Amino acid sequence: MWQYDETMKLKVGLAEMLKGGVIMDVTTAEQAKIAEDAGACAVMALERVPADIRKEGGVARMASIKIIKQIMDAVTIPVMAKARIGHFAEAQVLEAVGVDYVDESEVLTPADEEHHIHKWPYKAPFVCGARNLGEALRRIGEGAAMIRTKGEAGSGNIVEAVRHLRAITGEIRLLTTLREEELMAKAKELGAPLDLVKWVAEHGRLPVPNFSAGGIATPADASLVMQLGAEACFVGSGIFKSADPDKRAKAIVRATTHYNDAKIVAECSEELGEAMRGLDVAKMKPEELLQTRGW
Amino acid sequence: MKMLERIGAPWKLVKSAHDLEEVDALIMPGGESTTMLKFFSEEGLGPAIKKFAGEGKPVFGTCAGAILLAREVSNPPQEKLALLDIAIERNAYGRQVDSSIRQGECPELASHPLEMVFIRAPIIRRVGAGVKVLGHSGELPVLVEQENILAATFHPELTEDETIHRYFLQKI
Repeated sequence: MWQYDETMKLKVGLAEMLKGGVIMDVTTAEQAKIAEDAGACAVMALERVPADIRKEGGVARMASIKIIKQIMDAVTIPVMAKARIGHFAEAQVLEAVGVDYVDESEVLTPADEEHHIHKWPYKAPFVCGARNLGEALRRIGEGAAMIRTKGEAGSGNIVEAVRHLRAITGEIRLLTTLREEELMAKAKELGAPLDLVKWVAEHGRLPVPNFSAGGIATPADASLVMQLGAEACFVGSGIFKSADPDKRAKAIVRATTHYNDAKIVAECSEELGEAMRGLDVAKMKPEELLQTRGW
Repeated sequence: MKMLERIGAPWKLVKSAHDLEEVDALIMPGGESTTMLKFFSEEGLGPAIKKFAGEGKPVFGTCAGAILLAREVSNPPQEKLALLDIAIERNAYGRQVDSSIRQGECPELASHPLEMVFIRAPIIRRVGAGVKVLGHSGELPVLVEQENILAATFHPELTEDETIHRYFLQKI
């Protein structure tokens, strides 16, 4: 049974504070400082950005604790870090270090192909990726305090984030139109807990903030996902794989703040240097996709 | 915003100095004060808010908003609006795992104890002579007022209790 208890209120509370902002992937304290100076509302510490994980292969794990600590010392904004799906010991370590948010992430190599982390007992809040409403509600049922679209990390291609955001918001809208007796069948179809299906049907939104991630590379990409209903953006490879990370980081922050003012988004898009080179997700082999990790 | 809607107060988001001309009172909610400072300098909002407050219009800062209003900021020192004569220490309780919900009292505003949500919250370390302490949690001052400026180190916007927002609105 999903409960908005005291701990969940604190976890969701921090996510509320990040709304309207940009969370940037960083691999060093130096990059974290650049992100903070550019106006990031939080940073995500990881070993390698998704584009490099994709290129280099191998097992992607939680970042080095030494680097996470250096990042925590370098900035005053919240520091998030990724743990492998199902790797509850990595999550315990990140909590012990004092990380502000744990991302149970498909970008890293999964540690458990059947089970996600049982997130309720932790004091540290969790964010999880989702491709549709059922997946989002399963993660929330496990105790996630923030949902982000999975998109296709490290692709520089916004198409999957758009697909996932539209799926989640569209399915929410549909739920609000159903009659009470139709909700159980819907819960069965979504593979989601009934109490959460009922909550969403009644409120017309997720019980936790809904952010977007996976493929945001330009100011206009940020504006697009915000206009589609994302409450904040995660930018991974898009910044530190571009020609001028500092400038691009500032531009994406400003475009996220003023997402509904096309004139400002246009200003942000000027003279940015080259964006990261993108990948055509439609031409990728199924085993190359990160979004299908987890369920 | 949800809180203002519940109370029935019309609101708009202020994203530029121009937006500020269209409102009677300003609330600077929680968030990250570092991030908000970048946003202020980008949009020229710092001088605009000082002018707004200088005209006697009410300004309310919660958590990060309270940090922005303070005259002295530590951990680390940073830019500030200096509209409220207090010294404030950022992230003074610790990181997110040290965030908590506590009970507090605002005797002049409500006879009941208030639920106060502290998230990576600051602590007020000094209260100037012209500043009135309206709320405590334990020994610490958590709600302070100096004429038209109101500041809380917790997040009244995250609870169901309307006391503090109602108090602020009657300052208009």
